[in-house]
Amino acid sequence: MSDSGLTAIQDAEKGTSLWQDAWVRLRKNKLAVFGLIVLATMGVIALLTPWIAPYAYDAQNLDLGATPPSAEHFLGTDIFGRDMLTQIMYGGRVSLAVGLIATSVALTIGVTWGAVAGYVGGRTDAVMMRLVDILYALPFMIFIVLLMVVFGRNIILLFLAIGAVEWLTMARIMRGQVQSLRQQEFVEAAVSLGLPARTIIRRHLIPNALGPIIVYTTLTIPSVMLLEAFLSFLGLGIQPPQTSWGLLISYGAETMEEYPWLLIYPGLALTLTLFSLNYLGDGLRDALDVRGSKD
Amino acid sequence: MSRFIALRLLQAIPVILAVITVTFFLVRVAPGGPFDSEKAVLPEVKAALEAQYKLDLPLFQQYTAYLGDLAEGDFGPSFKYPGRSVNELIEAGLLVTAELGLYALLIATLIGGLAGIFASLKPNSAQDYIPMSLAMIGICMPTFLLGPLLVLIFGIELEWLPVTGWGDIPGDKILPSITLGAAYAAYIARLSRAGMLEVLSQDYIRTARAKGLPEHRVVLKHALRGGLLPVIAFLGPAFAGLLAGSFVVETLFQIPGLGRFYVQAAFNRDYTMILGTTVFLSTLIVLFNLLSDILAASLNPRLRHQFHTGGMP
Repeated sequence: MSDSGLTAIQDAEKGTSLWQDAWVRLRKNKLAVFGLIVLATMGVIALLTPWIAPYAYDAQNLDLGATPPSAEHFLGTDIFGRDMLTQIMYGGRVSLAVGLIATSVALTIGVTWGAVAGYVGGRTDAVMMRLVDILYALPFMIFIVLLMVVFGRNIILLFLAIGAVEWLTMARIMRGQVQSLRQQEFVEAAVSLGLPARTIIRRHLIPNALGPIIVYTTLTIPSVMLLEAFLSFLGLGIQPPQTSWGLLISYGAETMEEYPWLLIYPGLALTLTLFSLNYLGDGLRDALDVRGSKD
Repeated sequence: MSRFIALRLLQAIPVILAVITVTFFLVRVAPGGPFDSEKAVLPEVKAALEAQYKLDLPLFQQYTAYLGDLAEGDFGPSFKYPGRSVNELIEAGLLVTAELGLYALLIATLIGGLAGIFASLKPNSAQDYIPMSLAMIGICMPTFLLGPLLVLIFGIELEWLPVTGWGDIPGDKILPSITLGAAYAAYIARLSRAGMLEVLSQDYIRTARAKGLPEHRVVLKHALRGGLLPVIAFLGPAFAGLLAGSFVVETLFQIPGLGRFYVQAAFNRDYTMILGTTVFLSTLIVLFNLLSDILAASLNPRLRHQFHTGGMP
C-alpha cells in the first residue's frame, strides 16, 4: 500500500465531528450563508455605530426638515432634520440588543427549567411541566401590554417580560432532549461515578443538546425583535430619546404620505434582519439535523 | 374523547382564574389611582367617586366583589367614560373585531393553505420556491409595517381602496383584513407544506398511487386530512396572535374594535376597562386554544393519547 493511500485511510478514520459536518452543510445553503453575512455585518455596524455613524445621534437641523435621500444624507432626514442613516444605526443597536438580551433571559430560564425537569423526572417533572402548560395557555401578548402600562415603559422590564414569555418552548425542547440523553450509557457512567446532578447537567447533558438549543435560539431572536417592535410601535416599548426600528417605523407611518422614505428604510432594516435570522435558523436546523423544534 | 374534553375544560378553569387574579392585583398595585391624574378634586368628591367604584373597600373585598360581578357577567363601569359600562364597550367592539378576525382568518387559511399544498406537490421547484419565499417575506414583514405600506400603495398612490373606517365606505374592509391575515397566511403556507410533504412520503400514499388513483384524489382524499393537522393545531395560537394583531390594525385603520379600545384604555389608564378587556380577551383565547386542541385531537388519535399521559411530542 502506498503512503498516500495510508494517509487517506488515516484521514478517513479521523472522521469529521458533528460540528464540522454541520458547517459544511450550512455553507452549501446559500440563503443561510447570506443571512449569516448580513447578520455579521449588522453586528459589526451596531458595535461600531458611535464611531462610524455619519452624524451625531441628537444632531438636529430644524431648518433642513425632512429631505429625501441625497449625497449628504444617504437615507434622507426626518422632520427634525436628523440624519436617517444615523437614526437607523442607533435604532438597530437597541433592536438587536433587545433581541439578544431577551433571548438570553429566555434561554437561561428555559434550558435550566427543562434540564432539571427532564433529569429529575417523576413528580417534580410533572409539576414543572404542568406549570409550563398552564403558562402556555396564558395570553402573554396582552399581559406584556398590561405590564408595560402598569409599571411604566422601562427597558429592563421589557427584557424580562419578553424573556419570560419566550422560555416556555425552550423548556419543552430541553426536557425532551434530556429525557432521551438520560437513558444513554455515558450519563449512567457519570451517575455511577458519583458526579453531582448539577455537574452532570452542565457538563454532559447541556453540551449534547446544544444543536436544538442553537437552532431554537436563532429562531427565538426574530420573534423577540418582532415583539419589541410591536410594543414600540404601540408606544409601549422603547421610549424617546432612545430609538429602535419599531419606533422609527411608527414615526414613519405617521408621515408616510409626505415622506415615505421615513417608513421604508427602517422597515427594510427590520425586515432584512428578521429575514436573515429566519433563514439562518432554518439552515442551522437542516445542517444540525434537528427535527420538530419549531413549526 | 369526552374524558379528554372534560380534562381540558378542567385545565382551562385555573388558567382563567389565574388571569383574573393576576390582572386584578396588577391593576390595583399600579402606581397612581385612577383619579389621581385628574385636576385637583375635592376630597369629598374623590371619596364619593371611590365609593362609587368600590375603591374604599379593603383590597381583598374588592377582589371578591369583582369575582362576584364577573360571575354574573358584569365587568363594571368604565372609569374613563362615566355612565358607560365596560360591557357596553366590549359588546360594541367585539362584533367589529370578530368580523375583522374572521375575514383575516379566512384569507389566511384559503391563501396559505392553497399555497402550501401547491408548493408541496412539486418540492424544490419554482412551484415550491416562489410561494415559500413570499411566505418568508410575509413572516418577516410585521403587521405594523405591512399595513402602512399597503395603505401607501393601494390607498394613497393608486387610490384604489379607502384607508380608514370600517363599514362606512364600500371596500374599506379589504385592506385591514389583508393586513391582519397576511402573516398567518404565511405561517399556514409553511405548516401545510411541511405537513403535506410528510404525509405524501408515507406508505399509504404510495399504495393509493399504486392502486392507480388519479393524483387529485390521492391529494384531496388521502393526503389532505393528515397533512393539514399541523394547521388545525396552529389555529388556536393563531387566534391569540390575531387579537394582538388587531391592536395594531385597528389603530392603523381607525377601526372601532376591541383591540383599539384595549390600547386606548391602556393609554388612558382606564383600569376597569383594562381589567375587563384583559379578562374577556384572555378567556376567549383560552377557549379558542381548547377548541383547536379538541379539533386536532379528534382528527388524530395519537395526539389524544399524548394529552392523556401528559407527554409532549
